[in-house]
Amino acid sequence: MKKILLFLVPLGAFLAISVFLLKGLYSEPRYEVSVSVSKAVPDFSLPDVMDPKKVYNKETFLGQKTLLNVWGVWCVTCAVELPYLTELRKQGVRIVGLYYQLNNDPDFDQKPLPQLQWEIRQMLGKHGNPYQFNIFDADRSYGMDLGVTGAPETFLIDELGVVRVHHVGDLNSRVWNEKFSMYFGEL
Amino acid sequence: MKFTFLLLVGALFFNVNHALATETTYQSNDPQKQKLFLELKEELRCPMCQNQTIGDSNAMIALDLKRKTFELVESGKSKQEVIDYMKARYGEFVHYQPPVTPVTIWLWLLPVGFVVVAFGFMFLGKKRELSGEVNSDVTTTEETAPSSQELKKADKLLDKYK
Repeated sequence: MKKILLFLVPLGAFLAISVFLLKGLYSEPRYEVSVSVSKAVPDFSLPDVMDPKKVYNKETFLGQKTLLNVWGVWCVTCAVELPYLTELRKQGVRIVGLYYQLNNDPDFDQKPLPQLQWEIRQMLGKHGNPYQFNIFDADRSYGMDLGVTGAPETFLIDELGVVRVHHVGDLNSRVWNEKFSMYFGEL
Repeated sequence: MKFTFLLLVGALFFNVNHALATETTYQSNDPQKQKLFLELKEELRCPMCQNQTIGDSNAMIALDLKRKTFELVESGKSKQEVIDYMKARYGEFVHYQPPVTPVTIWLWLLPVGFVVVAFGFMFLGKKRELSGEVNSDVTTTEETAPSSQELKKADKLLDKYK
């Protein structure tokens, strides 16, 4: 009895620790933690990247389910998901872009706006344009309010302006079926 | 030889600590605020990295959070206010000090429990040794060894079938 215990207890402990560590090896904590879900979208007042005279606020999201897609021309994964998002737009999903500017310090190296607009047109012309319009988050402060850690990320905002899903990483058909499709019944 | 080695290792640690304390981008005129900022940037975790503080990481989000932290500290926010600001956006994950909840309390209880149990075993072993129970091997052999009565019985049986 004692011998069996001496064998089984360390073996059990070893297996438990192995499973725990193995799980840790594949865990991506930042994909699981999202504070913004089930909360109203934070307030903002930001211009359109193509037409800075147009200014949006959180009422932009009221009355219609919207996918808010965080992206930038510098982001390679965003280019990969653009065709799929364009597909979704054709099926009637309203997609709004949150243009996430790349520069390490917003006080310096701002790319001139006309150049940025040209680059955006180039990229959307090449991979497809899923966006109704693009909100320009020049200093990434609205991204910070939403809990954005990088691009691409996608939020589902419902008719009442409440965040339902926060997805980190690219959006593809698998992710759509797992996380988003249930909110869009008859698509 | 050993002493020199220790001295070298010690020197290494000294240099590392020294390097951690430097901050060139953000300098506050108020030494109190500067100290708070240095503290916070080593306590807040970069939300997109696996295990780095925002002070250590050069990810865009870490730089953004560092800038925001400095802004908040400069505007006179307390340490807890800055931490709450970050937690409201990036969750508990963003702070390296986990909150005490029924789930996380084991982080503190398990090590203490382990020490207590280990000490318990030590004292138990000591007590046994003192009361002479430690030679348990001998007692077991004595138990299994045939008694004189059993030996007589065996002899009788042997005699019977001689």
